[in-house]
Amino acid sequence: MSLFTPLSWNDTGFILTGILNTIYISVLAISVGTVLGLMIGFIRSVSTQSINFVLGSILDVLRIVPLIIQLILFSTFVGIMGHPLPPFASGSIILSLYTMAFMTEVFRAGFDNVSKSMGIAARSLGMTYWQSMRYIVLPIGMKSVFPSWMGVALSVIKDSALVSVIGYMELLRTSEQLITRTQQPLEILLGVGLFYFIISYPLSTFGRYMEKKMAI
Amino acid sequence: MGDYEFHWLIVFQAFPQMLNGAFVTLHVAVFSMFSGIVFGVLLAIGKTSNLKIPKSIASSWVEVARNTPALFQIYMAYFGLGAFGIHLSPYMAVLCALTFVNSGYLTETFRGGLQTIPRTQYVASWSLGMTKFQAYRYIILPQMFRRVYYPMTNQFIWSILMSSLGILVGMGELSGETQRLQSLSYRTLEFFIIAAAMYYVMTKFVLYSADIMSRRLFKGEI
Amino acid sequence: MIQIQGVHKSFGALKILKGIDLEVNKGEVVSIIGGSGSGKSTLLYCINGIEDIQKGRVLVDGVDVHDKSTNLNKLRQEIGMVFQQWNSFPHLTVLENVSLAPRVVLGKNKKEAQELAKHHLQHVGLGDKFDVFPTQMSGGQQQRLAIARTLAMNPNYMLLDEITSALDPELVGEVLDTLRLLRDEGMTMICVTHEMAFAKEVSDQIAFVEEGIIEEIGEAKQVIENPSNEKTKRFLSKVL
Repeated sequence: MSLFTPLSWNDTGFILTGILNTIYISVLAISVGTVLGLMIGFIRSVSTQSINFVLGSILDVLRIVPLIIQLILFSTFVGIMGHPLPPFASGSIILSLYTMAFMTEVFRAGFDNVSKSMGIAARSLGMTYWQSMRYIVLPIGMKSVFPSWMGVALSVIKDSALVSVIGYMELLRTSEQLITRTQQPLEILLGVGLFYFIISYPLSTFGRYMEKKMAI
Repeated sequence: MGDYEFHWLIVFQAFPQMLNGAFVTLHVAVFSMFSGIVFGVLLAIGKTSNLKIPKSIASSWVEVARNTPALFQIYMAYFGLGAFGIHLSPYMAVLCALTFVNSGYLTETFRGGLQTIPRTQYVASWSLGMTKFQAYRYIILPQMFRRVYYPMTNQFIWSILMSSLGILVGMGELSGETQRLQSLSYRTLEFFIIAAAMYYVMTKFVLYSADIMSRRLFKGEI
Repeated sequence: MIQIQGVHKSFGALKILKGIDLEVNKGEVVSIIGGSGSGKSTLLYCINGIEDIQKGRVLVDGVDVHDKSTNLNKLRQEIGMVFQQWNSFPHLTVLENVSLAPRVVLGKNKKEAQELAKHHLQHVGLGDKFDVFPTQMSGGQQQRLAIARTLAMNPNYMLLDEITSALDPELVGEVLDTLRLLRDEGMTMICVTHEMAFAKEVSDQIAFVEEGIIEEIGEAKQVIENPSNEKTKRFLSKVL
């Protein structure tokens, strides 16, 4: 029997698991990152310079150190601390924090833009601070940041491929193993590329459409 | 901290090699950026033109580059091209992949920049007897580059950070070199903390110099 | 000499020029007047080949502008153009704005081109602005810069497209003074303008255009003071 066996229908389940894992970790990181980013973005837009400096510096580290290094550092660190985590846990923690760092800036810009102009108008109508937040700043601000939010979300889907480095069986790592077994890199990689494209292309087109629509 | 003991000495001894890795990182980032700009300008002009073939080549290039992971591009260049008998070194594979992605993103950036330049600037250039090429070279592109200077800086930083994927194909840039060095001693944490710090310093340095450069380059107002 | 013969121009289904005939001799100043949307500006753009035409022809010193074999870049060196919105190059200093084309188009060396630029800038009264950027200047100054930029190419003809329309009233005078200077030096000019008094003063001939047709053309004073065409009368009674 040969060491290498060609791609077959039996591999479908294996690939499907990879696809689902990619979707799973991306959705998780985007959701957690969005919620945290919304909160910290709000804090950043209302807090003093000194608090902002500290927050900004921490977020800077998350955005400037390459994701792959963050993943390696974190999983090594928890291992050394005596609490090794499974790849999925380490991966989703780091990917979420990474997403959060970018989302914070997205939402902060949204708050800054709206609260200055609309907030004053709303409060001159006699709304309290929280009322103007609830009815004016949040709805309008959220709409205006949607294209940038979409941009970050899409890059997270693509960056989730890096979680393979610490052993999470997402799509790219699954395909890597298939390549090793089948020695058919081109076919498998083209399939992987197609998957990302099918997810990403409609979303990015939609994002650009929204951007254009709002620019008018 | 459990009973983990940090050993820094071994990292410091390997510091020259890590610096060397950092140099390769900058190197591949600069080259991929430079070629990305060249392709990006050509593709942007192609995309804004009315010619069908350049237009569709540019659009497909941009969409594939923007909608697939950089890691996928690197694997394609390193493993995938083998099916065509093309075997690239890790360095070349990463350089090609980053160039491909950079030019994809820069095309859209440049196209946006070109759109903000009024048609009257072209007309004024032509009416002075400039050729289409001269109008781009002296009037249109210099104005476009000012308007896209900050997005371009970001793209360059992205290139520095994404070149870290070289670790996965055994390239000797900062991450790959760090990976190799730590495997000799298993001081993973120490080595990668230093690598992280080096990325941080490199990026801050680039941002800082970009800021200084913009002040020297762009004296006129737009 | 510029000869415009039966020129038709349309954008898609929209007909802008419907058979224009006009001759401008060397040293002559011709003003084109008419309401907005009458096609006056489009006519200028047809003369230096920025716009193509559907019928007729435009000859500049006997060269057919819209012939495929005509080298437009070469031809445009002979025909200067100044615009309503002046279109200065915002990323270049005043001196660079003027010296660029002589350098890259005419192939002069940097020093020659700069001397030439300085000469023309002084000519239009901008001798103290060499290192300033255009956006730091007033509209009137930018318009004079645009005139100097055109003159530095040493053109035989000048096309002026409503060059005072976008200026604040108090700045119009300085630009018109520059044009008087050019007229006195014998420059051949075609001006699209809204300044009736000025057109009467500097022009040899005035043409009134409405809906893509020259309704009346004649000696400047006669057209303004004593128009023979009903449409010209109606137009002038509205603007004067």
